[in-house]
Amino acid sequence: MVTQTRDASDWQKVDGIIEKYEAKKSNLIAILQSVQEEFRYLPEDILTYVGTKIEDLSPATVYGVATFYAQFSLEPKGKYIIKCCDGTACHVRGSMPVYTSLKQRFGLEDGTFTSKDGLFTLETVSCLGACGLAPVVVINDKVYPQMTTDAMKIIIDTILEEEHSA
Amino acid sequence: MANTLFINGKECEFTDEPNLLEVIRKNGFNVPTFCYCPDLTQFGACRMCVVEIEGRGLQSSCTMPPEAGLRIYTNTEKTRRVRKIVLELLLANHDRECTTCDKSGKCELQKYAEEYGIKNIRFAKKKESDYLPIDNENPSIVRDPNKCILCGACVRACSEFQGHSVLGFANRGSKTVVQPIAGKHLSEVDCVYCGQCQAVCPTGALTIKNDIDKVWEIVTDKNKKTAVQMAPSVRVALGEEFGLKPGENVIGKLNAALRKIGFDLIFDTNFSADLTIMEEATEFIGRLKSGENLPLFTSCCPAWIRYLETQHPELLKHLSSCKSPQGMLSPVIKELVPKYFQGFTKENLYVISIMPCTAKKAEAKRPQLTRDGRPETDFVLTTQEIARMIKSAGLDLATLEPEPNNSPFGQYTGAATIFGASGGVAEAAVRTAYEFVTGETLENIDFKPLRGVDKNSRTKDATVDIKGTQVKVRVVSTLKEAEKSLKEILAGKAEFQLLEVMACPGGCINGGGQPRSCNDSKIKEERAEGLYKEDRELPLRKSHENPDIKKLYAEFLENPGSHIAHDLLHTHYKNLFENSYKDLKK
Repeated sequence: MVTQTRDASDWQKVDGIIEKYEAKKSNLIAILQSVQEEFRYLPEDILTYVGTKIEDLSPATVYGVATFYAQFSLEPKGKYIIKCCDGTACHVRGSMPVYTSLKQRFGLEDGTFTSKDGLFTLETVSCLGACGLAPVVVINDKVYPQMTTDAMKIIIDTILEEEHSA
Repeated sequence: MANTLFINGKECEFTDEPNLLEVIRKNGFNVPTFCYCPDLTQFGACRMCVVEIEGRGLQSSCTMPPEAGLRIYTNTEKTRRVRKIVLELLLANHDRECTTCDKSGKCELQKYAEEYGIKNIRFAKKKESDYLPIDNENPSIVRDPNKCILCGACVRACSEFQGHSVLGFANRGSKTVVQPIAGKHLSEVDCVYCGQCQAVCPTGALTIKNDIDKVWEIVTDKNKKTAVQMAPSVRVALGEEFGLKPGENVIGKLNAALRKIGFDLIFDTNFSADLTIMEEATEFIGRLKSGENLPLFTSCCPAWIRYLETQHPELLKHLSSCKSPQGMLSPVIKELVPKYFQGFTKENLYVISIMPCTAKKAEAKRPQLTRDGRPETDFVLTTQEIARMIKSAGLDLATLEPEPNNSPFGQYTGAATIFGASGGVAEAAVRTAYEFVTGETLENIDFKPLRGVDKNSRTKDATVDIKGTQVKVRVVSTLKEAEKSLKEILAGKAEFQLLEVMACPGGCINGGGQPRSCNDSKIKEERAEGLYKEDRELPLRKSHENPDIKKLYAEFLENPGSHIAHDLLHTHYKNLFENSYKDLKK
């Protein structure tokens, strides 16, 4: 778990989010989504805080919701979130070799999804609804159709070049 | 045909039972359950209680409301098959080291696996690397997630009894676990150690932290002396472990058993319950006069104290400064026994208390309750643990001849013995406070509105007329109910002057250290009745009439609230919210 010290502005942001949703139990998922948008993940101290601020909820219960849904991440995500579609169509058209090549390139072990430099997070998703373009990869909301390992290599090289020149 | 249904062909009546399971059990039939507790909401997680209903197939009886005309079968080829599969799947990833498990012999999973003849589990044993760490970091409760069957009873108990939800489900699917936030230890989150999670756990996933071996070591050490005390609730529940009825008072037999085990001096926490009333009633009268820090909160329940210290430090000033009865008796024993008994010194004397409570183990470790570098109460055993000690000593409690305890800390009044039931402390305090204030004899001493330990009696109000002054008393059991009263106080709307809080539903008689009783909500009522019966039968029923208490003040403590009384019998509290995991905006 990542621990970090927070300044007052972080807590103001969280308070603002909770206030926006009226601190209601039924709005917990929306609150967590907003928190994740703000911080790129759900930090444990903020989950604890949310659990103390909403009536009839506890930190353990909020943590339960956060770990139940795949959309929530308890680890900081990378700057580039790569979603590799592994729906049926993408799978049969070779999504796994693309995924495996990325995993190797980022040096990810089983159970870790973000590269050590914090640039890339690699995820699989089940069908993006673009089966005609299979296999599909989405990087930060940009869709890359008919991916191959070679094409993927070029795309990542380009991103890294931009990063280094920036 | 209205309000009858058929169970295994027998026509059975039903009234307001919340589900079929209750109707089945009321009519002499039974189905197995793991996740069901009558005092908690229905969950329908374990599927062991499935029954076959004509025209409707298999249904879980705990979640189905009774309907007129239903034809239910509790024991068919189909129900047996389903239950066996459930058991086999639960055992597939269960830590099956039964002999060394603390729940062995009392585990529901073990019991049903035996009854249903599960001899062969088709799945491979859990891999060593898949085992999760055991939480053994607090004085009261051990959590072993490898024995959890995810029935959720503990999660509901923590939420519905205490409103606290320290435990929750985390992750999903085969990775699901029940744990405090982020898998922290119970000691790192603000668990109050009430042990209700453990009391409803059907397996060895949550168990009482066992101090039996440490106590045996001291009892058998010739160079060490022991004094033992036991709480009111122990005497009306311990018998259940030996085949006696709930509520049957076994104090005399317990005295005999403890002597045979080898304890040197046997006293009674009831004596110090009387002492508590002397101090607390005096404190209450003082606050009534000054009007400061009202309502006064009772301070007997260590889970309640920890709740205030962690959740509402701003209200700690309301808490009585009196130690709990356990906390009062131990230092008195250590101060005075060496004076009264030969061979006993402060150094060689160990005080062991027997409590219905897991939180008392944590109370005994409070830094405020140490003296001369040692805890005032050296060890705390729960009712379950002393039952085990008695059994392992080869004794059958049921057949022992009752024996008296030792003077001078053994005599008690009826006011003390009712401490074990929710409302008892308040009732005892009022009996004494009335006579202290008015100087007159209180004739009708039964405060019926303060009694009752069932689900619907968790908040009770009464008004006592003390010579024209109306004193409003509130009695609460469970911290969830207590929180409502605290909200009233914080909003300035509270009208009561005395608030008694016990964290366990119904009070100490239903404590986390008592014999397992979560499957029958009547048991706690029978235990409470056992205490009220003793109260009725005792010749003295008001704490200040206890002759040994009078003697203790005359010879040693001077008077309630004196300097020496404060040194031995009173304590202070600490803000535990600061630097806790919830104290975020540091």
